[in-house]
Amino acid sequence: MKKKKRVIPGFGLSFGIVMAMLGLIVIIPLCSLVVFSLKLSFHDFIETVTAPRVLASYKVSILTALIASLINAVMGLLIAWVLVRYNFPGKRIMDGMIELPFALPTAVAGIALTHLTTQDGWVGKIFAKAGIQIAYTRIGITVALVFIGIPFVVRSVQPVLEKVEKEYEEAAAMFGASRARIFFEVIFPEIRPALISGFTMAFARSIGEYGSVVFIAGNTPYKTEIAPLMIMAKLQEFDYASATSIALVMLFIAFLILFVNALIQSYTSKIVSGIE
Amino acid sequence: MEIRNDKGVVKWLLIGICTVFLLVTLVLPLVYVIYTALRDGLGAYFAAVKDQYAVKAILLTIKVVIISVVVNSIFGIFAAWLITRFQFRGKKIISTLIDLPLTISPVIAGLIFVLTFGRQSAIYPFLEKWGIQIIFAVPGVVLATIFVTFPFISREIIPVLTVEGTDEEEAAALMGANGFQIFTQITFPHIKWAFLYGVVLCSARAMGEFGAVSVLSGHLCGRTNTMPLYIELLYQAFDFTGAFALSSILVIMAIIILVLRNIFEYRGKKEMES
Amino acid sequence: MGENTKAYVELKHINKTFGNYKASDDVNFTVEKGKLIGLLGPSGSGKTTILRILAGLENADSGEIYIDGKQVNEIPASKRGIGFVFQNYALFRYKTVFDNIAFGLKIQKKSKAEIKSRVDELIELVGLKGLEKRYPKQLSGGQRQRVAFARALATQPQLLLLDEPFAAIDAKVRKELRSWLRELINQVGITSIFVTHDQDEAIEVADEIIVTNKGKIEQIGTPVEVYSNPQTPFVVQFLGEPVTIKDFNQFKGFREKTKGDRAIIRPEFVTVTKKNEFNPYPVTTEEGIVERVAFRGNSLELTIRVHDELLLANRQIGQELIKEGEHVNVFLQRLYLVDDHGQNVAIAVNEALRQDESVVI
Repeated sequence: MKKKKRVIPGFGLSFGIVMAMLGLIVIIPLCSLVVFSLKLSFHDFIETVTAPRVLASYKVSILTALIASLINAVMGLLIAWVLVRYNFPGKRIMDGMIELPFALPTAVAGIALTHLTTQDGWVGKIFAKAGIQIAYTRIGITVALVFIGIPFVVRSVQPVLEKVEKEYEEAAAMFGASRARIFFEVIFPEIRPALISGFTMAFARSIGEYGSVVFIAGNTPYKTEIAPLMIMAKLQEFDYASATSIALVMLFIAFLILFVNALIQSYTSKIVSGIE
Repeated sequence: MEIRNDKGVVKWLLIGICTVFLLVTLVLPLVYVIYTALRDGLGAYFAAVKDQYAVKAILLTIKVVIISVVVNSIFGIFAAWLITRFQFRGKKIISTLIDLPLTISPVIAGLIFVLTFGRQSAIYPFLEKWGIQIIFAVPGVVLATIFVTFPFISREIIPVLTVEGTDEEEAAALMGANGFQIFTQITFPHIKWAFLYGVVLCSARAMGEFGAVSVLSGHLCGRTNTMPLYIELLYQAFDFTGAFALSSILVIMAIIILVLRNIFEYRGKKEMES
Repeated sequence: MGENTKAYVELKHINKTFGNYKASDDVNFTVEKGKLIGLLGPSGSGKTTILRILAGLENADSGEIYIDGKQVNEIPASKRGIGFVFQNYALFRYKTVFDNIAFGLKIQKKSKAEIKSRVDELIELVGLKGLEKRYPKQLSGGQRQRVAFARALATQPQLLLLDEPFAAIDAKVRKELRSWLRELINQVGITSIFVTHDQDEAIEVADEIIVTNKGKIEQIGTPVEVYSNPQTPFVVQFLGEPVTIKDFNQFKGFREKTKGDRAIIRPEFVTVTKKNEFNPYPVTTEEGIVERVAFRGNSLELTIRVHDELLLANRQIGQELIKEGEHVNVFLQRLYLVDDHGQNVAIAVNEALRQDESVVI
């Protein structure tokens, strides 16, 4: 093939730098994971990932992440709606603090949430009266994951909601549709793809989350041990084979979630843009 | 306008729910950290912060943040330039690989570096021979942090450059400008705010990364403990004042980061619109 | 045409594909020095690709490009001595008008004084005095175009390329800018090629028009030639306001067997007279019914049914009014007979005019 000359300079340099850094930081480490995985015996792999304690940890991780992401989907949608549609004092502050979970180190969030929700903590006290324990239970894990996931749904729904032009709604209102109908039949279909993708991102992040969860989880085997913690535990025993096995299953789950999301997104974008 | 103005009751009810939710989940933890840090008085607070291991953890964290921001800035700018300015085979794969660290659990990120540079790795004998220690040492901590923050800056720049198109750069190139001139004079003014925004996000994550760093650091007090790791150590030793005092520094940093983030985002949006 | 003219720009057998899309299909043409050329075609016809290949912004898959007798295929864009005006001008948004125009000169490391005097001269030329300190976003569309033009001329290129120079401007200002640009290019005396999809623009501005379609060149000629003597089915269909007549042999004046799959007629070749008005060619006049009368400001546009074909015609506003449903005399002056298989076009003139014509010409 003839060497292409390009008008905008810097292709060779950029390509070289990007590939070198990508290779060192991402590709080589991932390859070593693959290489190491290939060395695992299939029998040991199955045995490790189907051990009851590991299975329980997957269950805890998926369940709490799912519940937390659902809560975030509902609250995130609500917050995005409030931020886009209403004017009220303090709106800019509310908008500005949505990213706090990205800015605040997860360990700090973890210890603060734990202390707040223990039985003599500020919040835990109130719930303790009702007989509900938060810290060191799955509820606690869910609370930490809700904290982590807030920005995902808000920030993916908000721009779309801003674009759903008010003419759309006005057109619907001209036909005499009620507010609820306008929302569910006109607005909701528009923001659904963004909502799903925000939910997916929060879910994927929550499943892998470690820093904020370890403190509040209490880490009781079979009950409140999350999958990342199992990997950590195996690593501390220098049992790299088991750690890798558990990690492979988690990676598989994460990619599956993202893949399903990609499918949904391409399906909906086909509807919107017309099926070719 | 009629339908946009829900009746007062609905509007304020929704605003109320959101406010309470955000106050409890986001603001309360911040307040609690500051409150607990100062509970035993300013003396105890400063004693905790000035503790030699705490100071070392702070310095290490600053070092890690600076290195990852610099590395990721270089990477981010070149990656954005590559992806938005050229058509070539394998572009999709490269952009997928760049975003990959976002989908990998930090603990697994730590694990893959252990597998790459650890005792069982093929590279290990060479590292040993040259006396390079990566795992359970500062280089490991730095590598893990770079990994988890890898896409942060490129992700902010790429959309801006995509929207801007290549016309201005082509025009400059036609007039004979070289790559450096084009980048500094034509491209950078466009991505300035997005770049700073990315730097802020990258610093925030680098400062707070816990899982990946925890796997790789080996928790050597005063040597490989970053602030979050040292906080964990204090917390597990029931030194809550110490833990929360150090946390309060991170809380203040987080607030500064949020403010900067909002300024950069606002400036960037404003310039995009005009 | 062809070999004996002194070609300033010459494209030989240019081919370019984007994926499955053939953007340039054996493109050949030459441009004489000092001419203003319009590359005209619908969107996706490959006209912009030709311009970008010429500028060096795109590489041809095969073929040769000559500028001023030199083959420039391997010469980078910046060394081809070309000024380029982008479709949306691509003004540097973060530079002032002055710095935009000065950019190319600064790159060439010209002295400060030299840059200043050249930029001032250009600002004077394009009539932007007093706006040197403004940023592009503080300018109107027309002013931006002037800056883009001045910037492209700053380094004294030998060839000016303009990509849809009027597309981003309001319809009203566009006409004004057209004549401005034409005059200015004449004044500077630079060989120029501009791309447009607007036939009025090409006809009004260009010395010579190159009509492109689907990556191919359909016809090259002066505006008069291209407009009144279209050579291919595409060109006849693209220019003017074409109306297709399937069964043209049934029209009086065109009865004799002429070859062609269909005929195209333009409104200017349809003369409509009221029944009571003078009709010089009664033998070859058809009767039609007016189906629609549309007000077009300075004229009326009539849709007339003749032999089950709908024709368009224009009528001056000062003449006696014609109403919908009215029976009128319709005289067709000429048809373009299209042979879709042979890809050529023949002109058929009404029998009644044929004697006249031999006298006139």
